[in-house]
Amino acid sequence: MQAHPPMYFKNRLYYLLLAVGGLVVMAGLYAVHLMEEHGHVISGMNNQIVWGVPHVFAIFMIVAASGVLNVASIGSVFGKALYKARAPLASLLSIAMLAGGLTVLMLDLGRPDRVIVAATNTNLTSVFAWNVVLYSGMFALVVIYLWTMMERRMNPYTKPAGFAVFAWRFILTTGTGLIFAFLTARQAYGSALLPPMFIVLSFAWGLAVFHLVQTVLYVWNDKVLDTAILSRKKNLLGVFILASLYMVAMYHMTNLYFAQQKAFERFILVDGGIYPNLFWWGYVVLGNLIPLALIYWPGLGKTRSVFAASLMVVLGAFSLLYVFIIGGQAFPLNIFPGYATTSSFGDGQIAAYSPSIYEFLLGFAGLAIAFITTTVSVRVLNFMPQDKHYITD
Amino acid sequence: MSESDLVRDLGRRNFFKTSLGVAALSIAPGFLLFDIAHGKAQPVSNKVRWGMLIDTAQCKEGCNDCVTACNKENGLPSVASATSVQWIRKIELKEASTGRQVSLPMMCQHCEHPPCVDVCPTGASFKREDGIVLVDRHRCIGCRYCMMACPYKARSFVHEPVTDQNPDVPRGKGCVESCTLCVHRIDVGLQPACAESCTNKAILFGDLNDPNSEISKKIRAVTSVQVRADLGLNTGVRYQGL
Repeated sequence: MQAHPPMYFKNRLYYLLLAVGGLVVMAGLYAVHLMEEHGHVISGMNNQIVWGVPHVFAIFMIVAASGVLNVASIGSVFGKALYKARAPLASLLSIAMLAGGLTVLMLDLGRPDRVIVAATNTNLTSVFAWNVVLYSGMFALVVIYLWTMMERRMNPYTKPAGFAVFAWRFILTTGTGLIFAFLTARQAYGSALLPPMFIVLSFAWGLAVFHLVQTVLYVWNDKVLDTAILSRKKNLLGVFILASLYMVAMYHMTNLYFAQQKAFERFILVDGGIYPNLFWWGYVVLGNLIPLALIYWPGLGKTRSVFAASLMVVLGAFSLLYVFIIGGQAFPLNIFPGYATTSSFGDGQIAAYSPSIYEFLLGFAGLAIAFITTTVSVRVLNFMPQDKHYITD
Repeated sequence: MSESDLVRDLGRRNFFKTSLGVAALSIAPGFLLFDIAHGKAQPVSNKVRWGMLIDTAQCKEGCNDCVTACNKENGLPSVASATSVQWIRKIELKEASTGRQVSLPMMCQHCEHPPCVDVCPTGASFKREDGIVLVDRHRCIGCRYCMMACPYKARSFVHEPVTDQNPDVPRGKGCVESCTLCVHRIDVGLQPACAESCTNKAILFGDLNDPNSEISKKIRAVTSVQVRADLGLNTGVRYQGL
């Protein structure tokens, strides 16, 4: 039997990965079809938990899509060479995750067939409507930015395009935070701290996704990332993790200080069942403390540790969003302060939510869209970071 | 003009006459029904602001007449569940410090500054000139942001296919809906179904802008509150005895 060259297996693996990604997307579309056919009654969502697991996936991808551009911005806006070399890959990941996240958001609508209505009717007081413009604008802007980087004749325009993307993504993540900050009556939301918190979270989540993809890309191409570069980037990830932990802590501390918010905080942090567990174990320990140890512990902080840390940051992000989005709705709305309430509509009760398989299938389909977009793009175009001989910035 | 031309011309004329007659006969009932379906020809005016005053002392614990009447009037499911549509619900309250118990109906409060209208991306949530907050069923994309924004949990998402609809109250799976204040009844001079059905006369419906209306007189005479008045939404529904 003739031995196959290494490329043979890689080609096979590439198509296998695409096929798996495609299957996940198909499964997600089938789940959407079923939810369309039977209504959202087959999902775990109800009239108390109106945004469920699909929103956790979608918001993660949209926030990370903005944050991953940080890598590009440090390159284009602040002129750091080692980040500049990574700007195309960061931009690609941004487009891929934005596409995945928006697909999930759109397909979870009660009437996804009316998406054209959303595109043609804009209520200017709605932050959702602003986000429709912000997301599509971001998509277009990043495509232009990529074009200026990858087409030699367009190179002179890279800096202005980079600046535009830099500004736009700040506004975009502010818009994502404002979706919740503008909710006047909900205990979990309605805080001015949310937009900056989402911006800082986006830095950590975006960089973690970037690390994951970059590591896989280097292994695939049999290359080794310069240890100096790895060290720079893992330190940056560490700083972002600390900063996001600080923002989340401040959000809860301000709530804890207000007597009217104490019951809610107690629910989220102490006795709310799955929510405190996910918050402390999923977000704080798995998503922050262990990654910080993996990054900063003497002797650790090498390729594998940073890869594991990045993976944990992503899992922590999902935990935090689950607590924030679903836990925030599960706690009963305080319509009559000072009264205990009961009704047929869940007043005064913790809302129950068991996510259905359909919601997970839709969420994973979004991830698969991002995965396929990235996998195909890095194969057909050159997104591999091209580091010149290491230059100190 | 020859005789054959004249005959042909008359034939044409008759054909046109008959066609016009048939066309008029077919269109006329349509016009008539259109008028009936759309009620009053004049647009609603902001001189009127519809509202309700709910006397919690008259609202009896365990009585569900308003809920039943609403469900029947609007073709809503009669069995309540976590995913069922509930435009009006009875809430039993117990004051934490004193143990005093109150029972009241809760529905869309028809705010002057409705958060659901502010957040709706497509403008499907809207407020009529006469203060009634509605959802345009043709524009709602089912994003549920209005449900997140409503401080009263007054909105429901249609989780299942809809059957047995009332032709006056078109509904559809995948959209958000809430109390319309029985707009189809108000527009023909009737009261909302809940107010009409309340045997205890706990729900008083009327024009808040008319100083001589019964509701305005009563609001001047008794102490009433808006739920979550701290939010500054200026609700159209007020509660007495809270």
